[in-house]
This record gives sequence, structure tokens and C-alpha cells, in this order.
Amino acid sequence: MSEDLLRIDDLHVAFSTRRGMVEAVRGVTLTVKAGEMLGLVGESGSGKSVTGFATTRLLDAAGRVTGGKILFRGQDVTKLRGDDLRQLQGAAMSMIFQNPRAALNPIRAIGLQIADAILTHKRISKEAARAEALDLLRAVQIRDPEARMNAYPHELSGGMCQRVMIAIAISCNPALLIADEPTTGLDVTTQKVVMDLLADIAAARGMATILITHDLGLAARYCRRIAVMERGRIVEEASPGILFSAPQHAYTRRLVAASPTATSRIADLVTEEDRERYANVVTRPRQERAHGTPPLLEVRKLAKRFDQGSAAVADFSMTMAGGESVGLVGESGSGKSTTSRMICRLIDPSEGDIVFDGQSIGHVAARDFHRSPLRKDIQMVFQDPNESLNPRFTAFDCIAHPLMRLDGMRAGAGLRKRVEECAERVGLPLDLLPRFPHQLSGGQKARVGIARAIACRPRLLVLDEPTAALDVSVQAVVLQLLDRLRRENDIALLFVSHDLNVVRMLCDRTIVLRNGGIVEQGESRALFDNPKTDYTRKLVEAIPHIETGPTLAAAL
Amino acid sequence: MVTTGLGATMVRAGRRLLSSLPALFGVLVFTFLLMRVLPGDPAVFFASGPNAGKEEIEQIRKQMGLDKSVPEQLVFYLSDIGHGNLGRSMMTGQPVLKDLRERLPASLELTFTALLIALIAAVPLGVLAALRPGSIIDHGVRLFCALGVCVPTFVSGLLLIYVFYYLFGLAPDPTGRIDVFTSLPPQRTGFLSIDFLLAGDVEGWWAACRQLILPAVSMALFVIAPLARITRASMLVSLGSDFVRTARSVGLSWRKVVVTYALRNAILPVITIAGIVFSTMLGANVLVEKVFSWPGVASYALDALLSSDYAPVQGFVLLMASLFVLVNLVVDICYGIADPRVSIE
Repeated sequence: MSEDLLRIDDLHVAFSTRRGMVEAVRGVTLTVKAGEMLGLVGESGSGKSVTGFATTRLLDAAGRVTGGKILFRGQDVTKLRGDDLRQLQGAAMSMIFQNPRAALNPIRAIGLQIADAILTHKRISKEAARAEALDLLRAVQIRDPEARMNAYPHELSGGMCQRVMIAIAISCNPALLIADEPTTGLDVTTQKVVMDLLADIAAARGMATILITHDLGLAARYCRRIAVMERGRIVEEASPGILFSAPQHAYTRRLVAASPTATSRIADLVTEEDRERYANVVTRPRQERAHGTPPLLEVRKLAKRFDQGSAAVADFSMTMAGGESVGLVGESGSGKSTTSRMICRLIDPSEGDIVFDGQSIGHVAARDFHRSPLRKDIQMVFQDPNESLNPRFTAFDCIAHPLMRLDGMRAGAGLRKRVEECAERVGLPLDLLPRFPHQLSGGQKARVGIARAIACRPRLLVLDEPTAALDVSVQAVVLQLLDRLRRENDIALLFVSHDLNVVRMLCDRTIVLRNGGIVEQGESRALFDNPKTDYTRKLVEAIPHIETGPTLAAAL
Repeated sequence: MVTTGLGATMVRAGRRLLSSLPALFGVLVFTFLLMRVLPGDPAVFFASGPNAGKEEIEQIRKQMGLDKSVPEQLVFYLSDIGHGNLGRSMMTGQPVLKDLRERLPASLELTFTALLIALIAAVPLGVLAALRPGSIIDHGVRLFCALGVCVPTFVSGLLLIYVFYYLFGLAPDPTGRIDVFTSLPPQRTGFLSIDFLLAGDVEGWWAACRQLILPAVSMALFVIAPLARITRASMLVSLGSDFVRTARSVGLSWRKVVVTYALRNAILPVITIAGIVFSTMLGANVLVEKVFSWPGVASYALDALLSSDYAPVQGFVLLMASLFVLVNLVVDICYGIADPRVSIE
């Protein structure tokens, strides 16, 4: 099997936009052998997904292959038309997408959707297709497959939907499977299960797989060969071991550094060259506070019940000292966001009390809390930098708004000075201030969100997955920024995240939540190195680490 | 699975019906009061002649109960409604309920046919426009929709009559549901086209259809635009969605992708709009009814309003309000069947 299954030769893809043609892929060359799993890694905008879509001929109407060849079994895919193309799609190569729930037809039973794919390529009866669909559901390990055949996507969890998507993709035993960020947005434990399943199925059926991901750790765990993409080009291609121990290209070095690992520290996230500015700040010693200082935040037996069903959060207690950073981790549905919103006083707790700086704030109704003098002491940074900024506000307005509402400042030179000061503190260039959110990059929007939160000099900052939507290199910078703010301004951070590696670096203490209750808590490093409960251990083990030896690849 | 889904839909429908009762009551009271404050004295209007004496008018007033205070009148009115009595029309001399019952099928038949024609035209037009956005077809559909909206129904109605009746002589005279010489079928549904079919009278059916087609088309022209535009918009969203990409990625046929995957999802908002359009048409088709001498409820109500005949107008408004509630309910149920996500609150 030395013959290449797929050979992409100097591929160029361009998109026609309002500003003319934009090249998304500029000269990608790569090969995939039958049965092999190749990792295609890069940050957003690197052209990795576009390469995948070009290969399966699913580019948007605006996108066009402007040069190069995509040879699949010696046949140029870019030249196929009509029926020839349809015989290829699904039967010879298929694709798995990000956001599995949206990728399935919401008003068609999943059994029918799998059968649709089978019936397109095989001349069999509907009953036979249904039976095959059932077998596929079993193959992707869906519990109670007979009942699930009639289920609709909204009745299944994200992980389940992705299994159904895998079932559709493998329904006609394609030779090549392209998985585009198949587990982004899933919990770490679900991610591991789904990826293990995908790797097993690919191995058992001898399918070649291209794993497109932004997560170096994930690619390293499952692929023997990784190609790194940057701005439409492949900058490096190597085995994971070599890639991580001796990255050749400057971009790969930055990417490897920015990917958090079990042992990395915040300072390690950027390469030596980029570190200079940060180093000066970190050296400032942290003030030790005297014994007996009352805690900044004390939460007692907090509980939240929504209209129906069981408690989303029950019996949650914690304390935080000023300037301390605490991580709140757990899978989706564990109640971590609900808890953080109660502490921010955005929603009302059903039971329990929240004491901030000696004052009980748990009983102030969430809708009235904006009038409390403590509002400016507790601020929040939200998950999605795109959704959490008012699209009609410029960056300046976003940062100025809390100053005007909470600090009573009036428009004028004073306000401008404060806003510029905030922007400087988060490293947002001042010339970006008059821009609207859609004119800013993801990292810049995240900075605006943080600048807005620190504008009134809060003492507690609650961060709900602030880096989940960001590329690793941007995440690295944002994490450094947060850590610096904490040290410089003595802001306490309550950091809600599903990314354990990030929490381990940033937080002194970590609280693990499951089903609304605390499973385990303690000093971050100790907790992650020696988890006391099985649940925490499962979480920790599920994180794909960058391993310098190809241990897992060898085990496959 | 299906039964529970249907059961949940029924429960929802029932709840919806109950929650609309206060609104219906409000409509009743409001129309009643509105009629009282409108200028014009029905007693004067219905007195035997222009030189009727004061006494005669006073007597008519007493007979109509107009000498009592407004709150008292309201109580009487409500209690009558409670007994299923909508009052008597001074104009026709018949109970309003009977009048409405005679005329409603004509209006409903016209509106249903118009809606059907509009949907049959609008959905394919919208889909075609969405499949090739920015193309000649797309612009053509846009122009057609704009024309349909710009031209008032009575103008398009007259235009249709001019072309098809006067110029080409294809259509029968625009005078009501059926020409006077055709014998009517036994009434079952009140929809002439259906009654003729049930009676096995194909000739009569054809005659009824010929009468129906022009008014229905001129009404349909007016509502094609919103339906086609919403179909196009939601079809564009649907075609650009992830699940359509999935369908293409496994090589499903073009037909399957467009019809089963994209259109079935895109049709959901069209159902909602169709319900709204239907309700609007029922009330707004008075112009078409007038132009084509169609014996429907809307022209009946307009005549009553012009002659200060309270009872028919109040009856008409109540009927429209109830129909509106009913149509919304039907839309709700259709939606519940078409979209499995709705039954989950």
C-alpha cells in the first residue's frame, strides 16, 4: 500500500469577497496513505478547514479552487462533475463536522438520516437500509439503538450527535474520512470517548483519516504525522515527537509553546523572543496578607433550582481571599456557569448566602444589584467575545459605559483618560478604540471585554470560559494578561473553565463540580497531580497532552 | 412516540384556546362600545321614511332597546351572546347568525382558494429565487412580488375582469358565486365547488370554479409577495446550514438535498406567515367581494356598518376574532406536527 490515497498538489483556494479575491489556501501540498491518520493543525484562518472542504468539494459558492490538483486514487477531484462527484462523496470520502447538532437535520429522525446516506449509494430496500442504519448506531456505541432510531437531534447530547454524524460518515465505508474539529465544543471526557471511537473505527475499517484541529495535543495523541498550517501554507510536517521536541519553523515553535501542557507555566506560553516584556512584571513579588484578614468572598450553602427538575447547583460553599485565583471546573451541565452567575449576582440563588467583603449580597435581587455600590467590585468577563459586545458600541463606548453607569463619570477628557488607561492595561492599541466589534479580531475583542470588566477597578473578576473561543496563541496572551492584572491590581479571579490545563496554570486553588455539587477541591497542582476522586482522575486523564514520545501512536 | 407528541400538541392547543377567551371577551366589549360611540342613530335610519314622526322613531328605539343606558345594553348583549343569539339585522330582517352562516362559506371558499393559489405560486418562486440568488430568476421574482404588492386588489381585480371577461371572454360575468341559471347543489359544506362534486355535478362544479378563479387570483396576487419573500429568506438560511452541507457531503441527490433537507426546514416559518396572511385576507377581502359581487361576510359587514346596523357588525367582528384564534390554533398544530422540536418546551 505504498500508493498514496490522496495527494494534494500545490492547492490554491480563493474566496470572492467584497474586497475582491482573498486567497485562503496558497500552495498546500500533502499526501495521505491508505489507513493512515494525518493531523492538520493550525489556528483559525490558517486554511485547514478550507483544504478539507476543497477536497470533499463542499466549498461555499464564493470559494473556488484557483490552482493545483487534488488527486484521489489518481483522479483529480477538482475536475469531477455531477454524478461522478456524487459517487465519490459519501462513498469514497466523507466528512465529519464541527458542531454536530447543527450538522444533523433537526426535523428528520436520525435513523432516516443514516438510511438516506446508505440509500444514496446502495441499491437496497428501505428496510435493509434501516437495518444497516441500526447496525451503524450499534457500531458507534449508542445505547438503546432501536429507540434512538426515531430520535431527533435535539433529543440527543452533543457527543451522541457526533456519534450519529460518524455513523453517517462511515455508512458507505469510505476510504478517506475528513474530520473537521470533530470534538471542539464537547467536554474533555466526551472528546476522549468520541476520538477513541473514531480512531478505533478508522483502524478497524482501514479508513484513512485527516484530523483537522486547532488542538495540538489532540493531534499528537491520535496522529502519527502532523502537518502545521499557517496562513494557507503548510509550514512544517513531522511526527508528533519531532514536532514537539524540535520544532523547526518559528510558527510551530510559537504554537507548541502556546499549547498548555501538564507542566507548563503561564510564563512558558510564549517563546523566549516574545517573553521580554512579560518577564519584568512577573518578578514583582506578591503581597502576603496578614493572618486573620477576612475573606473577600464567602459563599454559604448556595443552591439554585430552575422551574422544573432537580437542583442545578446544591450546597455550594467556598471562600476566596483578595487577589486569590480560584478555578471552577466541570463538564457541561455541572452547574459551574450557574454558580458563577449567582456569585456575579446576575441570577438569584434559591437558597444560601453570598457574603462579599463582609456584606451579605445573596438576598439583593439580581435585577436590583446594578444599583448596589458593590456592583463595580464584582465584574464579569463572558465566554464569547463576539456575542458579549454590543455591535453598535465602539470599543471606546464598551469600556466607557460601565465607568459612566457605575462610577458616575461624564463624557469628557477624564473619561477618555480612564478608558485609554484601561486599554493600555490590557494591551489594546489606542487606535483601535473607535472601532466597532466586527472590525476587531477575536483576541482584540477579548481584550475589550476584559478592559470593560476592569474599568471600574473591581476586586473580584468572574471569568466564564474567557478563552474558549480563542486560538491558543491568543489564549496564551490573554492568560498572561489576566495573571498580570491579578498580580498588579490584586484582583481576585474566579475562573470558570472546562480546560483543566489552563486552570492548573492560572489558579491557586481549584474546585471540581459535578451535577451541581462539589466533588473535590484543593490546591491546583496537588489536585491535578493526585486526584482523590475517580471523577477528577477521569477528567485529568481525558486531557490530550502533548507527549514527547509517540507512546500512544505506537500502541495503536 | 408519535402519540405522545400528538397528545402534547392537543394539550397545548387546548391551553391556547382557553387563554384566548379573555381576548375574545375584550373584542366583544370593545366592538360593542365602539359601535355606540360612532355617530348615527339606527332608529332614525330604520324608521319607515324620511318624514317619520318623533314618536315612531322613539318607538323603534324602544323596540331596539336603545333607550336603556349603555351598561344595561351591554349586559343584555352579553347575555344574548351567551345564549348563542347574535341579534337580528335590521337590514335583512334575519337573525345575524343565519346571515353569517349563509355568507361565511362563500368568504371561506374564496380565501382558501386564494391562499392555495398563493402558496402554490409563492413557494416554488421563493425556492427558485433562493437557489440562484442574484440571478435573473431572483430579480424576476422580486419584480413580480413588488408588482403584486403595489397594485391594490380592486385594481388587479378590475384588470383581470377587463382582460379575461371583456377582452377575451374567457371568464364568466363577475356576478357572485354562480350564474343565476345554474341550479344549486344540496348544501353540505357550503363550499360550492365541493358541494357540486359531492352531488356529482361536474358541469356545475366547473361553473363554480370559473366564477371563483378570478377573484381568488386577484386576492392571491396580493399575498404572494410576503409568502414568496419569506420562503426565499428561510430557504437561503436552510441551504446555507450545516445539515445541508452534511447532506451534500454524503452525496445525496440534488432533489433530496433541496426538497427533503432544505425545503422541509424552510417551510416552517412559511406556515406561520400563511396563518397570518389567511387571517388578514379574511377581513381584507371586502374589496374583492365588492368588485366581484361576491356574497361574502366582509361585504355584508361593510353594508351593515354603513347603515348603522349594530348587530351584524358586532357579529362579524366576533366571527373574525374567533376565526383568528382558530387559524392560529391550526397553525400551531401544523407547526407541532412539522417540527418535532416544538413539543419540547
